[in-house]
Amino acid sequence: MERTWVKHSTKMSVRDLSVWYGEKQALHGVSMDVAENEVTALIGPSGCGKSTFLRCLNRMNDLVQGVRIEGEVDFDGENVYAPHVDVVELRSHIGMVFQKPNPFPKSIYDNIAYAPKILGKVRRRTEMDDLVEGSLKRAGLWEEVKDRLQMPGLALSGGQQQRLCIARAIAVSPSVLLMDEPCSALDPVATATVEQLIDELKENYTIVIVTHNLQQAARVAGYTAFFHLGNIVEFSDTDSMFTHPREKRTEDYITGRYG
Amino acid sequence: MEKVGLERHTSKQFDADLEDVRELVLAMGGLVEQQIADAVRSLITGEGGLGEEVVRGDREVNRMELEIDEQCTRILARRAPQAGDLRLIIAVAKTITDLERIGDEAEKIGRMATQLASYDRPKSAFRQIEMLGRHVREMLRDALDAFARLDSEAAVRVSQADAEVDREYEGVVRQCITYMMEDPRTIRHMLDVLWAVKALERIGDHATNIGEYVVYFVEGKDVRHIGLEAMEKEVANSSRRRKQSE
Repeated sequence: MERTWVKHSTKMSVRDLSVWYGEKQALHGVSMDVAENEVTALIGPSGCGKSTFLRCLNRMNDLVQGVRIEGEVDFDGENVYAPHVDVVELRSHIGMVFQKPNPFPKSIYDNIAYAPKILGKVRRRTEMDDLVEGSLKRAGLWEEVKDRLQMPGLALSGGQQQRLCIARAIAVSPSVLLMDEPCSALDPVATATVEQLIDELKENYTIVIVTHNLQQAARVAGYTAFFHLGNIVEFSDTDSMFTHPREKRTEDYITGRYG
Repeated sequence: MEKVGLERHTSKQFDADLEDVRELVLAMGGLVEQQIADAVRSLITGEGGLGEEVVRGDREVNRMELEIDEQCTRILARRAPQAGDLRLIIAVAKTITDLERIGDEAEKIGRMATQLASYDRPKSAFRQIEMLGRHVREMLRDALDAFARLDSEAAVRVSQADAEVDREYEGVVRQCITYMMEDPRTIRHMLDVLWAVKALERIGDHATNIGEYVVYFVEGKDVRHIGLEAMEKEVANSSRRRKQSE
């Protein structure tokens, strides 16, 4: 693979990452840089390793039975797989938003307040109120829910729930947000709202997003990586990727000639 | 970068849509080529009727432009084409604009030919005009062939030919000026002839543009406004890279 050096400063740097689930190897020594305050999209057919890659960035794969991980994932210059790393602490720096909105079965307020409380980051009530308001504002949800913060989070619409999950993720002040197909369960209007939010969030956060929707990658990402069979076939700026990809396999995939 | 193709989409209908639009462009190109041939012949031989036919024929050229434009819009809206497919649609949309302009130039020549029908024409100048007409028509045919065969190197040769056409054009202009100086009574007719000759020269420019769109479509490189030498270099580089990866 031809290397593309990201033009922005590097927030995360993955080196020779290999992952096995039992006997099956899901990633074959892949390397990639994640640009700071940019959106990086991971695309590729099902089973290509893009979600595995995403989940390695904040060690979500540690929870999978029989997983073996080799290689290095540097976050601000430090390997997240180093023995002394506190995984809970790590995940407060590198947050995650999942495919299906998964609010806690609690009030809107408590969905945001839960993690800061557990982590002991906020103690005073007024301080927590400010944090809840600020997080909801940054997730673009405040205006819609400010009068009903005690309502269950699950009573919101799908798109609102997803933005609640984003608000929950940013409540613990991460610097990186990982998103695993965050819009696949949303309608086009909610999708557009979340995409607009992603655009605004990149000013303060580094975002890595897995998506099956190529148009979404083209719309939101500054960089795009194409995964296939556990390798990164091509990694480049999104404009090049979608107008003149270097690799035939990339061209075939994004023009709908795969398989 | 890999060589682009048109087939093998998972969606067969998408294959068919792209093939349709491509065939329409070639059909429109063929029609425009015939328009140039007829226009030049009517100018050389003084067949006024033929010139009028060319003027009428331009309506069909315009109709095809609209039809292909609509097809492109539909494909953009419904398929959201990417990469090579996207470049094809962009190249087609630009190509048909140039083809339509070529059609207008042919119409202009047809109109001049009708006006000049009864006029006694100086042999040697008109032989040169005939040659110029043949050359720009060949340029257009080569550009369309390059488009049909996805051949960026052939597209470069169209640009190379344009330099020669420009020289021929200068030659014809000089000769017309000589006639006008020798016999001022010819000035009125010779000005009409000059308009027609200028139209031929413009056709060469439009054919060159089409060649540049072919390079963009095939290689993903925009080679407009960079000069012939830089264009040759770009195309040589990217086709070498492409062949290495094949």
